Amino acid sequence: MMRGRLREGALLFPGISWLFVFFAAPLAIIFVVSLGQRDAYGGAVLDKGLSFANYLRALEPSFLPTVANSLKYATATTLLAIGISYPIAYWISRHGGRRKGLLLILVMLPFWTSWVIRTYAWMIILRDNGVLNGVLQATGITHDPLILLNTDFAVVLGMTYGFLPFSILPLYVSIDRVDVSVVAAARDLYSSPGQAFRHVTLPLTMPGVIAASLLTFIPAIGDFVTPDILGGAQTTTIAKVIQSLFLSARDWPFGAALGFLLILATVIGTVSTLRILRAEVIG
Amino acid sequence: MEAATNAVPEIRLRDLTKQFREVLAVDHVNLEIRTGEFFSLLGPSGCGKTTTLRMMGGLEAPTSGTVEIRGNDVTRQPPERRPVNTVFQNYALFPHLNVFENVAFGLRRRHETKDEIRRRVGDALALVRLTGLDTRSPDRLSGGQQQRVALARALVCQPMVLLLDEPLGALDLKLRKQLQVELKRIQREVGITFVYVTHDQEEALTLSDRIAVMRAGQVEQLGSPEELYDRPRNRFVAGFIGTTNILDGEVVSVSQDRSVVRLGTGELCPGPGRAPAAGQPVELAIRPEAIELRAMPGGAERASSLGGSPDGGASALRGNIEQSAYLGTGISYIVRTVGGQLVTVLCTRPADRFDTGDLVELAWEPASALVLAPTDEPGQAAAQSKTDAQEA
Repeated sequence: MMRGRLREGALLFPGISWLFVFFAAPLAIIFVVSLGQRDAYGGAVLDKGLSFANYLRALEPSFLPTVANSLKYATATTLLAIGISYPIAYWISRHGGRRKGLLLILVMLPFWTSWVIRTYAWMIILRDNGVLNGVLQATGITHDPLILLNTDFAVVLGMTYGFLPFSILPLYVSIDRVDVSVVAAARDLYSSPGQAFRHVTLPLTMPGVIAASLLTFIPAIGDFVTPDILGGAQTTTIAKVIQSLFLSARDWPFGAALGFLLILATVIGTVSTLRILRAEVIG
Repeated sequence: MEAATNAVPEIRLRDLTKQFREVLAVDHVNLEIRTGEFFSLLGPSGCGKTTTLRMMGGLEAPTSGTVEIRGNDVTRQPPERRPVNTVFQNYALFPHLNVFENVAFGLRRRHETKDEIRRRVGDALALVRLTGLDTRSPDRLSGGQQQRVALARALVCQPMVLLLDEPLGALDLKLRKQLQVELKRIQREVGITFVYVTHDQEEALTLSDRIAVMRAGQVEQLGSPEELYDRPRNRFVAGFIGTTNILDGEVVSVSQDRSVVRLGTGELCPGPGRAPAAGQPVELAIRPEAIELRAMPGGAERASSLGGSPDGGASALRGNIEQSAYLGTGISYIVRTVGGQLVTVLCTRPADRFDTGDLVELAWEPASALVLAPTDEPGQAAAQSKTDAQEA
């Protein structure tokens, strides 16, 4: 009995140690740093007394527009990603046939190139004298270059592009698991294709939709590369603020406090979303 | 007997054909299914029976040909507009809905009132004897219960025709027998036409008013269970419906009510009067229960077959018991004749007991040996059962 327990525990050991070293411990460090103060050279000082002053500063209303901006980008990205991914995942599952594996590899192909390089590629495509404007002007569709770079549009586009594989894969898995005969049964029971989707396919793939949403929303809210490269200097998101507090403003304790709050908000948001949706979907 | 029905058939298939890439799944099927009958499509897997059923329900679009329901051409109608409902092979219950909501699904899509839905779902669950399980989730039901929910869900919509795709295929034998009885009861109670797909010939014989035996996308023979059993058109039907002995040979002589056939193994045996002319090849089918075994004193010096003697009422082959199996209702023997032909015999009289190696005489009435039509090409059968379809 005891030995069985130990053996089961041994299976969890690698995962738990990983989480401890790379998640729990850094989180604890961030939390401790967030209670400290900034010294003259930008280092974090802990021996002058610990306080929640940084948290009070983080909750000041002046940060609200930044938070709202982050939420706006993440929400738009999530909605767009689901809207694009669902039909793709559906098509691969239902019509992919023997090429399913190949199509899924194609979905993941962008991962073979660095995230930052791919984002720079979008910059080349979107800038005033970029690829897209070049094509539009050469074909006479537009005369003057469209301003695409450094807009909300560019940020959401870049993020959606980047996180698409994260939403396609869970959606594919959940759609592929829906028995086609269940959809046929709905059709047989007087449902149009649209009704069969709404009453059968969609509810049955809701777990996939939730997973895809979380896997898009969470990295989108923490992403500082895309808003920085494609959104330009004037675009502020909470992730960008945290990044600059650590790297340029050198105010680690305040950055740590913001970072800790972001993680906390994400965890609470994720858990409560899952709770609500699970209660509603599974009922 | 086909001509007796002048009424519009419940379902009429005309030259119905379905091609899946290179595979011709259903090949110009013509069928008329009568109102209120229990009709079965019977055949081995891959014979096109399920595809035929799905085309009736609108779940598969025919390559060519038409489907009519009560005289209306529904070939181009989507499933939701057809007055038929289907019981699927693996039930296809909605896993996210409870039993009540599964059964209510079709009624809700048709916007019935709340009270009407409650009343009709209650009736349907009572009909399949599942009252009280309304709030159960399908994954917490047994296979038999799931099957009943699927049945209730289809019947509650009061379709003109109920299509059933191997509905009992996933259940064990005992439950299957029990549900067969119940299916028949339910069909009598609701009085609608059932079209039943199965590969189980025993199930088809038990349940059906009429059966269409299918092979390679075509109807081989259509008829009542008795007709198919007693007068199979060809080797395939004879072999598929029940157990049968098929003997290949050549006609030696034909007289008024009997013929003599020389088997490929060289022995003579009796055949029916309606046989091809002498010298023609012939296939005989003899049911195991039509053969009588007689004990022979060992080493008795008799003819290898009585078939050659024109006066004996029943003629006989002889051979040795090779194997026997006790079946409860009788004993099944496999006899190897002197010429080496294997023959299965079913003895229901307990007095006839033989041991392995015993020398026996096999006898049958000439009329119980059937002459089969050649089956070199699958199909070719008209939608009528002919007993002596030997071409002229």
